[in-house]
Amino acid sequence: MTQENDKEFAAVLESLKDVPGPVMMAMQKAQDIYGYLPMEVQLKIADFFGVPLATVYGIATFYAQFRLEQPGQIKIAVCLGTACYVKGSGGVIEKFQRLLDVEPGHTTADGRFTLEATRCIGCCGLAPVLTVNGEVYGKVTEDSVDEILAKYNNA
Amino acid sequence: MKTLQELQEIRERTKAALVNRKVCGATEADAASESGAARTHVLVCGGTGCTSGNSKIIHDRLIEKLAERGLDKKIQVIMTGCFGLCSKGPIVVVYPDDSFYTHVKPEDVDAIVEEHLVGGKPVERLLHAEKDADGVFKSIVETDFYKSQKRIVLRNCGVIDPENIDEYLAYDGYKAYEKVASSMTPQQVIDEIKKSGLRGRGGAGFTTGLKWQFTHDAQGDEKYVVCNADEGDPGAFMDRSLLEGDPHAVIEAMMIAGYAVGATHGVIYVRAEYPIAVHRLEVAIKQAHEYGILGDNALGLGHKFDLELRLGAGAFVCGEETALLNSSEGKRGEPRQRPPFPAVKGLFGKPTLINNVETYGNITQIILNGADWFAKIGTEKSKGTKVFALGGKLENVGLVEIPMGTTLRTIVEDIGGGCPGGKKFKAAQTGGPSGGCIPASLIDTPIDYDSLMAIGSMMGSGGLIVMDEDNCMVDIAKFFLEFTVDESCGKCTPCRIGNKRLLEMLDKVTKGEATLEDIDKMEELCYYIKENSLCGLGQTAPNPVLSTLRYFRDEYEAHCNGKCPAGVCKALVSYKVDPAKCIGCTICAKNCPVNAISETADKAANGRPIHAIDPKKCIKCGVCASKCPKGAISK
Repeated sequence: MTQENDKEFAAVLESLKDVPGPVMMAMQKAQDIYGYLPMEVQLKIADFFGVPLATVYGIATFYAQFRLEQPGQIKIAVCLGTACYVKGSGGVIEKFQRLLDVEPGHTTADGRFTLEATRCIGCCGLAPVLTVNGEVYGKVTEDSVDEILAKYNNA
Repeated sequence: MKTLQELQEIRERTKAALVNRKVCGATEADAASESGAARTHVLVCGGTGCTSGNSKIIHDRLIEKLAERGLDKKIQVIMTGCFGLCSKGPIVVVYPDDSFYTHVKPEDVDAIVEEHLVGGKPVERLLHAEKDADGVFKSIVETDFYKSQKRIVLRNCGVIDPENIDEYLAYDGYKAYEKVASSMTPQQVIDEIKKSGLRGRGGAGFTTGLKWQFTHDAQGDEKYVVCNADEGDPGAFMDRSLLEGDPHAVIEAMMIAGYAVGATHGVIYVRAEYPIAVHRLEVAIKQAHEYGILGDNALGLGHKFDLELRLGAGAFVCGEETALLNSSEGKRGEPRQRPPFPAVKGLFGKPTLINNVETYGNITQIILNGADWFAKIGTEKSKGTKVFALGGKLENVGLVEIPMGTTLRTIVEDIGGGCPGGKKFKAAQTGGPSGGCIPASLIDTPIDYDSLMAIGSMMGSGGLIVMDEDNCMVDIAKFFLEFTVDESCGKCTPCRIGNKRLLEMLDKVTKGEATLEDIDKMEELCYYIKENSLCGLGQTAPNPVLSTLRYFRDEYEAHCNGKCPAGVCKALVSYKVDPAKCIGCTICAKNCPVNAISETADKAANGRPIHAIDPKKCIKCGVCASKCPKGAISK
């Protein structure tokens, strides 16, 4: 959390002052800026809009998109939409779990990898699909898991 | 700000420039443009599927190469919305030659430019492999995939550049709003929509015209028009493709709805997971403002209409209309008690009309072509077309639009090209986690609201996932239920706890620990959950269990007897080495992640030791079976 982030976020809050129903929008912007929603930022939002912290925290925990933990450097997101699932993405994510020793939704102890199980990302033609830091890998198999990890471990 | 006259001039000018770009299904004559506009058009698919396959790089490199060749004025390159045939992407189409390139890679650009665009000879190795009786490569509209389709909602997808409002205008864009606001009363508009028989495409199939009437009749100083673009059904991407391919069609329809119900403000609630759709909507809204189409005096016809986007944050329940309203207000997306219905008390407590993206996609065409034209398409109670996202075990995966009443067989076999690898079609799932499956024995069922309801499935929003003999139906039911349990908002008990208990029972089945009585209990619990849940999510959550129980009860019973017929449920599967086939190569042992494979005292014919799997150590990952060069390891 840098001062620049704080300054940028203060401007965002100001711009949402007169918007009806602003809390969730502010939280989305906050996550864009900080990468996640630390407690201090949630407090700031609650104070600014005059709502209880419980409301902000309630929204943060309701939606899958909001993160309360700092994410790892490399984010691996395996699609578990139906099209990918019937083509075997369940086995792919299990292999990541085994090799990285981390549960979906969490970050490895060294802070390098975050493993996520995502909802359909809509590239069903490429199923099974996963993304690594936003880069799409299509038609993956359990073997591709080794290749992908090797690529990032050597980088 | 443009006048109606200026808009008409843009329409005619752009249309003349696009005459060589054939609309799917239309047979306009090939006429070289006289206005100095580009003669050749290269259309690159910019849908999410093809973009993931680097179509943006292909697009940029085409432009770069053509500029080097000094052809950038004669040949126009654009990015369109989804063509539909996602499994063959990235797709590039060249008009007027009708060349349909599939699986294009960035390194193929040179060949397309040099051999085709400069040399005049299409690159055969990249053309879609289908040929007609004379051995000529088929154009995109002649392929099996497109032939049985009827594109009303997707008419502009894969035809226009969605980030260029002029191209939307060229295909009668904003003419429907002009017609409505200058020559029809709000009630006449509503009557026309009612007469068309259009039903909501979001899943439940409520009559759209009635919804408009209720909102129109509600008292309120301020009203809202909302577009539900929170497409959460896993495996469905119809709404995303329409927003990416033709955002102005949705905006225009919302303007018409606003005029009809008396609303001046519209909100599009769209998933944050759809960055391309969000971007194109932002561009479209900005362009519509610049042209004076949106704003205080829309199109100069005296009515105000404005639009804003609200982004979702990853909660399936927000596709339910009252939950969507709460989320649009920046709150937790929990559903509200109905009544009062949104038409009476909706967004910020004001009367609100909520329709799905695809529903809006039909509106302009109904207004321009008339309700009678629309009502002629489809079946008696289901009018028009339906867009489906085909996924799963099919040759041709992608987006299709078919007239209501088309049979599942046509979709799976003709359009979808059947299951790959000669596998047997087992079932299709429609309606996602709220829907049910259609077994192979009912493959001739016509796809419409009532036929699907009658066999225990539902239309849903349009996800259609095909499963073959390798899929376990109990596992699929469990997959959907895990999804709904995860996405239950927790507000009402039958959904929060009932589905959780149901999932635990299902888990017992997949582990082979359930008895036949458990299955009866599960069925009973399903009905309790359906009858007592507050919103659509809970009321439909047990559907995948009920429909698989109805058609595949034998598979449930097999699990109770310790067998998973498809060999999917791990607890019921064990891997074995066939000693007669093993050659002692040790590949399996080297690849086993848990060292469960070791030598035995027996020798193979070549003298090397035969290997065996220790069932106590085996984690059933299947690596050994996939690596064995002799196919000696099986389930």
